[in-house]
Amino acid sequence: MRRFLPFIIFVSLIGLFIFGLSRQNSVEVRSVLIGKPAPSFALLPLQAGGHGLTNADLSNHDVSGGKPVLINFFASWCVPCRAEHENLMILAREKGIVIYGISYRDRPRDSLAFLDELGNPFTRMVIDGQGRTAIDWGVSGVPETFLVDADGIIRYRHWGPVVGDSLEKRLWPEIEAVLAEKRP
Amino acid sequence: MIAEIGHFALILALVMALAAVALPSYGVYKSDVRLMRMGDRLVLGVLLMVVVAFAALTEAFIISDFSLRVVATNSHTAKPLLYKISGVWGNHEGSLLLWALILSLFGAAIAIRGQGLPLRFRARVISVQMAIITGFLLFMLFTSNPFDRLVPAAVEGGGLNPLLQDPGLAFHPPMLYLGYVGLSVTFSFAIAALLEKEVTPQWARWVRPWTLAAWVFLTGGLALGSWWAYYELGWGGWWFWDPVENAAFMPWLAATALLHSSIVVEKRDSLKSWTILLAIIAFSFSLLGTFLVRSGVITSVHAFATDPARGIFILAFLGLVIGGSLLLFALRAPMMKGGGLFKVISREGALVLNNILLSTFAAVVLIGTLYPLLVEAFDGSQISVGPPTFNFFTAVIMSPLVVALGIGPLLAWKRGQISKVTRWLLPALVVAAVVSIVVAWQFVGASLMTLLGLGLSVFLLVAVLGELAKKLRLGQSSRRSLAERLGSIKRASWGMSLAHGGLAIIILAVTVSEAWTSEKIVAVRPADQVDIAGYSFTFDGVEPFVGANFSAVQAQFQVMDDGKFLTRMHPQARLYHDPVMPTTEAAIYPMFSGDLYATIGDQMDDGRWRARLYFKPFISGLWLGSVMMMIGGLLSLSDRRLRVASGKHAGASKTQGIAS
Repeated sequence: MRRFLPFIIFVSLIGLFIFGLSRQNSVEVRSVLIGKPAPSFALLPLQAGGHGLTNADLSNHDVSGGKPVLINFFASWCVPCRAEHENLMILAREKGIVIYGISYRDRPRDSLAFLDELGNPFTRMVIDGQGRTAIDWGVSGVPETFLVDADGIIRYRHWGPVVGDSLEKRLWPEIEAVLAEKRP
Repeated sequence: MIAEIGHFALILALVMALAAVALPSYGVYKSDVRLMRMGDRLVLGVLLMVVVAFAALTEAFIISDFSLRVVATNSHTAKPLLYKISGVWGNHEGSLLLWALILSLFGAAIAIRGQGLPLRFRARVISVQMAIITGFLLFMLFTSNPFDRLVPAAVEGGGLNPLLQDPGLAFHPPMLYLGYVGLSVTFSFAIAALLEKEVTPQWARWVRPWTLAAWVFLTGGLALGSWWAYYELGWGGWWFWDPVENAAFMPWLAATALLHSSIVVEKRDSLKSWTILLAIIAFSFSLLGTFLVRSGVITSVHAFATDPARGIFILAFLGLVIGGSLLLFALRAPMMKGGGLFKVISREGALVLNNILLSTFAAVVLIGTLYPLLVEAFDGSQISVGPPTFNFFTAVIMSPLVVALGIGPLLAWKRGQISKVTRWLLPALVVAAVVSIVVAWQFVGASLMTLLGLGLSVFLLVAVLGELAKKLRLGQSSRRSLAERLGSIKRASWGMSLAHGGLAIIILAVTVSEAWTSEKIVAVRPADQVDIAGYSFTFDGVEPFVGANFSAVQAQFQVMDDGKFLTRMHPQARLYHDPVMPTTEAAIYPMFSGDLYATIGDQMDDGRWRARLYFKPFISGLWLGSVMMMIGGLLSLSDRRLRVASGKHAGASKTQGIAS
């Protein structure tokens, strides 16, 4: 029986790998920030005359109107951002979700041209030129989207672009869940 | 057009590879010499076709043909030529093509170099080798075709990750793949032996050069990889126990164990089933590495773009190849009865101990790498296994290994006596003890780990010299002159001493550089002076610097050693354009006693610049030791005894025995 041992060990390894593959859809590392207040930041507006954004704005009911918001890290040079843009437009225009766009390591001019071309889903656009805020938020790459509730608590992190069925199956249910809490 | 030729060549290669699996196997079954010989020709055909495909892809990268998806996502017109070419294998699809190229190169090498092998055996080896390449070609054609067109074609490419645009990394993957794939030959030899139901000392002699070659390449690949990490990542580390590093380290450990256990098969006709198992495991580790990198099962900085379909394909392939061969092993194991006996205290005994420790090491690395996945499977929590854990186990396993390494080569074959080797071992023990005591006394803060590392490396170094002295019969009267005695030592034996000495140097370098690195993180203004480990750095300010596809801030430090001008160092903070990505380019001034290492960060609000300055003592020993190991391997490879063994001479005499 001993001679079968390597084979048996290998078969159990395969089992482990199948688990590893099946969990593929949730392969993103769960953010340690979930359930915690947004890290402090203060970003300047992307456009002269626009609004800046600070972490205090996120927990301020006068700004958010008591509703959750999405924070979207994007850049004009990022191709997946282009791909998810349509879904962000749907969220903003059809579902009435407030989205704050943080332009990550990008020239303001390029970010604005990007939004001119594809439409602007953002209520506020701010710039994180050095990527410092992105680091504090634990962003591993653009695009990344965070769901922040009306009290400024980070509730969900969407890793990668919101494309395909990930709006319907992943991001939207999370938003709905947070929306539902506030109704009673 | 050229891309279509490449694509077609891949399909032709697949057809020929399938034929090269089927025909020689059927030939063996029917004892048809002509069919068995077909394998040799077909292998050359496969090689030709894969070369054509590889050339076609290289051409697409050189001329920046952005109508190919792979080129459009991974290349850029502004990239220097070297990185356009290294871009060929700097991505998932292209690296698979490189695998296939090297697999077929080794296949052809067996067909040509292995003419001395018995025909039946060679036909078996070739059909196994071609079965592996078939898997890779299928994988490429069905899930990751490098010749996929992009419609409409892109105007400009997406660029290659700037971290990968580096000469060290241009050659790191090919080197590592040569090692991984070299192990496929050992694997094919093992499977062929299982199919033929016979493992002889002769077999061990046939595989040895292939294992050695693979081992040399693996050693080189690992050394290049850690060298790259050292000077490119900009924080002075060189090994991070990252899953993908582990994936490359495990085959190395298994190959090292295999090199040693095959000696016992050769000498004593013993340890046979273990050696076969190791040959299977070594290549399985190589495949596993490929799987881990490409499937997204484990997250790592090295990960290629992941795709579940690919993951499933590789997993199925893995299950077939590894599972199948392990099952075959289990079924045939009773046929591999050991022949010669030996005492525990003997050269063979030391080699067995070496094998136990090396495989334990490989198992620990495997478990450590997969542990996070295991934990997640059982309770859903995410953890990671960090360097402290790995470092601890490395120390625990390496310590007895180094002791065995020092003593083993001194022991006699079959039946050794400790008492007989003490005179050669004593100097090593004394020197190691003296060094440890002096260091413990001089450097009060020195940790136990430091003392252990120092003691072990010095012990091994002197023991290696002692073993040479024993062979030279130093201090004994002899009719022959010293030069004659030096000449009489076999190349394989010099190879062993060099490789073992190289390990000692590496341990020394790790210990010394870990224990006595001086590091300062400072904020400086022009003309500020920072002293570190007796060197004084004067900051001369920064200036803009423009490269081919990046712009940078370049700082200048003037370094004085004891008041005398030593050098100027120019670390850069680079910003690559496509894709936008900041990187640090460390400035390194290597000296034998240690490296000066400087990186520049960003400017603070008050106008000062952040900088990191290090003095890393004897870090060059890492590369020195690795090079010694590689040269040792090559020397051993060039030993006449082995060349004869892989050629006609030895094979022919045994043909009857195997073919019957």
